[in-house]
Amino acid sequence: MAKLQDTLLLYARYVGVSVRSQMQYRASFVMLTFATMLISGLEFVATWALFDRFGSLAGWTLPEAALLYGLVNMAFALAEGWARGFDEFGQMVKSGGFDRLLLRPRSTALQVAGHHVQLMRIGRLAQGAVVFIWAATRLQVAWSPPRVLLCLLAIAGGAALFSGLMVLQATFAFWSTESLEVFNTVTYGGVETTQYPLTVYRDGFRRFFTYVVPLATVTYYPALAVLGRSDPLGSSLSFQYASPLFGFLFLIVCLRVWNLGVRHYHSTGS
Amino acid sequence: MRPYLAIVSAGVRVMLQYRAAAAAGFATQLFWGWIRVAIFGAFYASSSATQPMSLEDTISYLWLTQALLLLLPFRLDSDLVAMIRDGTVAYELTRPADLYWYWFSRTLASRTAPMLLRAGPLLLVSGLFFGLAAPDSLSALAAFLVSVGAALLLSSAFTMLMSISLLWTIAGDGISRLISMIAQFLSGSYVPLPLFPQWAQPALALLPFAGLTDTPFRLYLGHLPLSSFPTAIAHQLLWTAVLVLVGRLALARGLRRMVVQGG
Repeated sequence: MAKLQDTLLLYARYVGVSVRSQMQYRASFVMLTFATMLISGLEFVATWALFDRFGSLAGWTLPEAALLYGLVNMAFALAEGWARGFDEFGQMVKSGGFDRLLLRPRSTALQVAGHHVQLMRIGRLAQGAVVFIWAATRLQVAWSPPRVLLCLLAIAGGAALFSGLMVLQATFAFWSTESLEVFNTVTYGGVETTQYPLTVYRDGFRRFFTYVVPLATVTYYPALAVLGRSDPLGSSLSFQYASPLFGFLFLIVCLRVWNLGVRHYHSTGS
Repeated sequence: MRPYLAIVSAGVRVMLQYRAAAAAGFATQLFWGWIRVAIFGAFYASSSATQPMSLEDTISYLWLTQALLLLLPFRLDSDLVAMIRDGTVAYELTRPADLYWYWFSRTLASRTAPMLLRAGPLLLVSGLFFGLAAPDSLSALAAFLVSVGAALLLSSAFTMLMSISLLWTIAGDGISRLISMIAQFLSGSYVPLPLFPQWAQPALALLPFAGLTDTPFRLYLGHLPLSSFPTAIAHQLLWTAVLVLVGRLALARGLRRMVVQGG
């Protein structure tokens, strides 16, 4: 327990350092945050335009889809904010900077994550939250404590899963010194995919995002439970409540793979 | 004219070297295309009303968007950005060429080559397997090609404006990303322009963004009849001229206030 506290404290320090360094360029920070917010806002306007033209999507109304959209985007924004360091990990391996982290008596994953905390992702987070709250007030959902809790859990589970993907992508740098760009397809493509109801896609796609990268699992099923929709794919309510846990499970597996990679690490020597 | 053509061709040859990036881009775009086709298919299945564009046309439109994505004024010429940041831009002033057209040629090259590299395989694969229809007619194909050429000029003029703005706001990453996203949105890359609400159509048709992708795509599909080809091209070229003019003025002003420090 003391160890966990110590870890959290250290991470808080990292965040503090990032905040101070990014606040040196306050105007630039405000502008970037604002731009991120507008950019993800535009995406939602596109979704709105489609609902305006077609009325509904596979039986889902705009507020229902917006709830799902909000969940996915908040989860992704959180992961992008705190795990951004993994995105730049390839550079760290190339320059040999990773050697320095190995000398320190703390978890390497924590240090890599902490070395760049991206604050401007608050823009996307805020935009996701706005869409979510708008949807929540539009829907005829009784916001009981279990439902609220489930939403929070889904966001956390989704964030864990996206972080896991970023860790996995960075892990490849141990072998190739480049992070694989194809992974961006899964992360960014995953955001795009899972902000619409899963029934829209064909079987293969659905299976991929349910079993291989369980992104749909951690957001779509909880959304069903919150909305009180019956699942055309026939999942049970208890599964829908438990599904966010798969996100954490995924992250744990990815961190294992990461540790495997660390053990295989050979410095580039530069 | 000759030196500028030489710059374009050298730039194209440099960009053609990046084949790995093109392969990664190909996979990404293919994946993206699948998702979008599935989503739009589901939307069409959810409504029985007649739409301004058939599902088949929309699917082709979506694939054209993926294949020709790099037509859009996305990223700036990174060498140029670096030069403006570290001040070596001063050397550019000594070259015996008109600075605007010199940079424009570079931009045009860095726009054209990656686009061609990515478009070829994607058009082929989506045409063979994923529902991209053949052009409406041979003349539609010709109209499409001419219009893509005009779109390249328009897109380069856009990019130039964004690059020139760096002379004022060195850290303009956020702004240029925002502008390119707005261009993407209003050119029909998120949602095909014909599917936007009816009340927005006149404004969309007037703005320059339609000329970036929507115009060539609809010529390809025959959704824009051949009779409107001259107006469509004129719209693209007119906006290009306007943006070039504004860009030249901005560049001249920017250079007047530029102070080159020694050392």
